[in-house]
Amino acid sequence: MTDIAIRATNIAKSYIIRHNASDHVTLAETVLHRVAHPFSRPQKELFWALNDITFDVNRGDVVGIIGRNGAGKSTLLKILSRITKPSKGEIHLHGRVGSLLEVGTGFHPELTGRENIYLNGAILGMRKPEIRKHFDAIVDFSGVEQFLDTPVKRYSSGMYVRLAFAVAAHLESEILVVDEVLAVGDAEFTRKCLGKMQDVSKSGRTVLFVSHQMQSVAVLCNKAMYLERGVCTFAGDVPTAIEHYMKSFGSAEAAATEAHRRHGSGEYRFVSAEPAKEFFACGEEKVIKFKLRRVRPFTQKMFVFCDFVDASGVTVARCDSRLLDFYISPADEFGGEFRLRTPWLKPGDYTVDLRVCCYGVLDHFIRACVIRVVDVLPYPSHGGIEIVSGGVVLADYEFQAGGG
Amino acid sequence: MTESIYQKVEAISADPVSQGMSGGISQPDDLRHSSEQSAAAEAAPLSVPHLVLRPGSAWHLVDLAEVWYFRDLLFSFAGRDLKLRYKQTALGIIWVILQPLMAAGVFTLVGSLAKLPSGGIPTFVFMFASMLAWNLFSNTLGRISTCMVSNSNMISKVYFPRIILPLSITPSTLVDFSVGSCLMAVLMIVYHIAPGFGLLLIPLWVMLILLTAVGFGMIASALAVSYRDIQYILPVLVQTLMFASPVIYPASAFKAHHPALYPFFCLNPLSGILTAFRWSIFGKGSFPLEPLLWSVAAAVIAGLIGLFTFKRLESRFADVI
Repeated sequence: MTDIAIRATNIAKSYIIRHNASDHVTLAETVLHRVAHPFSRPQKELFWALNDITFDVNRGDVVGIIGRNGAGKSTLLKILSRITKPSKGEIHLHGRVGSLLEVGTGFHPELTGRENIYLNGAILGMRKPEIRKHFDAIVDFSGVEQFLDTPVKRYSSGMYVRLAFAVAAHLESEILVVDEVLAVGDAEFTRKCLGKMQDVSKSGRTVLFVSHQMQSVAVLCNKAMYLERGVCTFAGDVPTAIEHYMKSFGSAEAAATEAHRRHGSGEYRFVSAEPAKEFFACGEEKVIKFKLRRVRPFTQKMFVFCDFVDASGVTVARCDSRLLDFYISPADEFGGEFRLRTPWLKPGDYTVDLRVCCYGVLDHFIRACVIRVVDVLPYPSHGGIEIVSGGVVLADYEFQAGGG
Repeated sequence: MTESIYQKVEAISADPVSQGMSGGISQPDDLRHSSEQSAAAEAAPLSVPHLVLRPGSAWHLVDLAEVWYFRDLLFSFAGRDLKLRYKQTALGIIWVILQPLMAAGVFTLVGSLAKLPSGGIPTFVFMFASMLAWNLFSNTLGRISTCMVSNSNMISKVYFPRIILPLSITPSTLVDFSVGSCLMAVLMIVYHIAPGFGLLLIPLWVMLILLTAVGFGMIASALAVSYRDIQYILPVLVQTLMFASPVIYPASAFKAHHPALYPFFCLNPLSGILTAFRWSIFGKGSFPLEPLLWSVAAAVIAGLIGLFTFKRLESRFADVI
């Protein structure tokens, strides 16, 4: 008996992207286009979302799959969970696969919590006795006991997510495939979910886990794969994989080539984003320079904003040009910079998300660059780094005796 | 080619997920539990199901074991359908009988104006019996044709045998049919119509109707994933089909008026079934043996084509929808 849970050999997945042939959604449009342009062939381009990926996962491994947006992580999970087929290659799965690509798939707002537990469980592949067995545990985990017979449309979004995750957490499959679902809900619940995931992995089941939160990956996983543009460039221990991931930021060149894969309507795209310095001290002003370029005609005023995200995925600060009454007038190119004075950031790496918006998002440049904050504390005394480990950011404060 | 893994699954004693919650994120060192893991791996059951995923079109037919494994899902979908259908309506379940009653009423009126024959049966009962069978067909077909598109989110986020979705429509249309049948029984008592032994064949006609509807429905639902036109053209086609079928008039009336066209009329698989359905209830007229034989063949062909089309296009659903 082998102890391999998943063996994937040379798997690849391609999608056809059609250029300039305006999307013919209906049959009539397709036919009309054919008649009007009998000789034109739509320009097709084969886009390889995944290319030649080979890996083995042993039973009981908890594997983190990391990579930037558009690296193919979700495609890989979709193939492993049988939602879509690979275009090439072969995968051997030893065990039942349970997948959790989205929290609450199939939840119906009109049905009660109780009804949704059974429905959602069935959708995830649980048998009725299985759900019944875990019913109390699911209710207990979600903490919505009082509202079991209330339609979930009356639930708060937090309750909804908790109930949905609770159902999925009780899947009994030998292989569990999880997409970034821990990112939803509050910090308290995220911690609860992580705890549950640890229990799952301790019970000897195989877990594949996609996340952008390196901390979760470091805590949960004993192996990791790093994907870059559809290719697995590293598979092995977690720290090295995270190192690969971290290294991938800051190269503005790489970012520019991926612009068409980013979210947003795409009239404007960020072409570069970089910190002004390689390192910043905690109390120092952090400067992010960026350049925008007009890709398609667009004549409205825009605003930009910038999120600073710490290693555990928490947005510690958001700078929005609207609040400063600053709007960008349309031009072919625009360069600007954000200067973050306070809060003082704790030592560590922060990723910077940039967005340019008008009525909707034009470009959402996630992880546009990384800034590194080194442990030069902005306080008169150097008591050591562990003294400031408590908060999310460093406080700018004073202390006075007396006053009572 | 997907090998079936589901026969064995139920035998596997999967480790129950421990209920205890470890409080929060502790130090990573505690969590590198490689020794525990390997111990747990050794304890894992040996008869783990094996599954191979490969590219390629699915020319094989349905994996019945897999569908059987997912039977709870089929009934969950059907239950959801029933619970939700008449939510936020004042009359609720009464609509199930009110709809065919109203349709039968309207067609009785039209029938008396146009002097449509009803083969010696009181027109209203004739119409209601027709509506019972016709609604079973048209509701099943109509609802199956939209089931893939309306569940698109689920299709792109979770795996289950896709054929569960069209199949899950039939229990709820059958419930409608059963409720309607009870009213039919009441009407027969009121109109003093004695049932004959032909009544015993009703389940057979119901199965034929469902098979035909599911077959065409699966073709429509699979095509609707790529071409949303289906949702506009299908209602028109179904409406046309209703008037081309012996629903509001008996087939014998068509034969009397257009004897030359009658063979074509019988090509419609519903001709035979609808006539046989009414023959079973009222015991009047002749048993439509020849049209019915064709109906049986057509239902089987429709079912197979539907299945093939569905399976052929199935692997693309998640990418296209």
